[in-house]
Amino acid sequence: MKEMKAAKHSYILMMPYLLLFSLFTVLPVIMSLLISFTYFNMLEAPRFIGWQNYIRLFLEDDIFLIAIKNTLLFAAITGPVSYIACFIFAWIINELSPKLRAILTLVFYAPSISGNIYFIWQMIFSGDRYGIANGLLIKIGVLLEPIQWLRNEDYILIIIIIVQLWLSLGTGFLAFIAGLQTVDKTLHEAGAVDGIKNRWQELWYITLPSMRPQLMFGAVIQLTTSFAVADVSISLAGSPSVNYAAETIVTHLMDFGTIRFEMGFASAIATVLFIIMVATNLIVQKLLRKVGE
Amino acid sequence: MNMAFRLRKKRVNRSFAGTAALFVFLAGVGAFMVLPLVYAINAAFKPLDEIFVFPPTLFVRNPTMSNFSDLFNLLTASWVPFTRYIFNTVFITGMGILGHVLFASAAAYPLAKHRFPMKKTFFTIVVLSLMFTPQVTAIPNYMIMSWIGLIDTYWAVIVPAFAYPLGLYLMKQFMEQIPDALLEAAKIDGANEYRIFWTIVMPNVRPAWLTLIILLFQILWGTDGNGFIYSEQLKTLHYATNQIIQGGIARAGVGAAVALLLMSVPITLFVFSQSRIIETMATSGMKD
Repeated sequence: MKEMKAAKHSYILMMPYLLLFSLFTVLPVIMSLLISFTYFNMLEAPRFIGWQNYIRLFLEDDIFLIAIKNTLLFAAITGPVSYIACFIFAWIINELSPKLRAILTLVFYAPSISGNIYFIWQMIFSGDRYGIANGLLIKIGVLLEPIQWLRNEDYILIIIIIVQLWLSLGTGFLAFIAGLQTVDKTLHEAGAVDGIKNRWQELWYITLPSMRPQLMFGAVIQLTTSFAVADVSISLAGSPSVNYAAETIVTHLMDFGTIRFEMGFASAIATVLFIIMVATNLIVQKLLRKVGE
Repeated sequence: MNMAFRLRKKRVNRSFAGTAALFVFLAGVGAFMVLPLVYAINAAFKPLDEIFVFPPTLFVRNPTMSNFSDLFNLLTASWVPFTRYIFNTVFITGMGILGHVLFASAAAYPLAKHRFPMKKTFFTIVVLSLMFTPQVTAIPNYMIMSWIGLIDTYWAVIVPAFAYPLGLYLMKQFMEQIPDALLEAAKIDGANEYRIFWTIVMPNVRPAWLTLIILLFQILWGTDGNGFIYSEQLKTLHYATNQIIQGGIARAGVGAAVALLLMSVPITLFVFSQSRIIETMATSGMKD
């Protein structure tokens, strides 16, 4: 208590942020957890129903199973691919001259910074022969007829993964570039003396361990985004998508939360997503501690 | 002999074939990243018949400004003047950034430089909250907004932006680099904590401001109101332009013009602040 009094100024400085953070982040998480055990439609008072929402979610909701499958697939592909891509490009770019480095950083970062312009991909995968993809494939003779890319269950997922990858070299990428610039150059020289033979060994034993903090940070950012795929899916495939082929946990959540007003059920979905995200993040962080050992 | 050679070179061997392969790879992916944007830029200057030409072309042949003038006409004829949408977005973005930089810095300073009870717990919660997306809490957030009466105001978007965790996190990591001696010298000179924060810490973290500004700008510039804003007068640029884009074939050219205008602002901002942003990110890592 005495300590807290001594730190009065610290608390006062943190107060505005602390209040808002509790109000808009901590409190909602707690509320969501509580609501998930109720039946709640925004009109009547919530009614406690125990685990029913969760039971219904896993045993009766076939579409949720599709959503889980799709989300895990997205995360399993876009998560690692974009994470590794972020690193590889940062690594290659790092060895270039500052000017070239600045240009390439912009090239890779531009898609994720340009706001919600992924609707360009709608033009590219437009279903008639004026769409870029169709036009090109017909021109070179691969296709005879245009394909309804975004209305076909077989293609939707792949297209969304491509667009998601296109968007994904964001904050994590910048962190990696920065991290690489902080690696101590003398370590490389010392490594060469100690018998490191090629650039792969140099990467594993010297570069990666020295930028472990940035690797952690990038992993959190990259993983979280890849679990939250929704906007691209809704914008390209519509909501609901054909036969729910592009349904993800978040689009499922939005469906129940904003269209059907089943808040209890939607909150149960949110809780499941929350647990998956945090658990995966902690596992990945544990794995990353082993880098360079 | 071999060892001496390596010492002279000071770096390990890099084979020419490996380097060449890497660069081919880099060029390929670079093209994948940039071509959709090049297409968007060109489409903005294409006359309508050229947008729907078969086979489709990447580059514009007869550039025209008609898409922009159409956009202008369309917007002046709309019910709410277009300048209003611009004002709304600029206001939300500006206020959100200002409040975030101020609040996040004020909270980051004690976290980086002071020792006090609960510090670790609080920081752990912030790091944990980096690990989930806002959609998870969308429903309770809506309820809270309506309790405090912020539904259908700018503030429903602005106030939560003050407390995004990412900014606090980056700011704290950056502030840890300020030498303690600097702060102690000020304390000996009789400055209190608030004065130290305002006159010493804040000027020293200017590069980190820029990073926070860019990150928040990205989020707020693209906001469509997050489902909190209903009045036409309060809607954002992003929302208004989305309506245009959804206008179908006849609006394809105008849609491309809109896309170009929307993306040019954040990209320009990034170009001018790139080196500072990377400098801040260098301190962004999580400690084991």
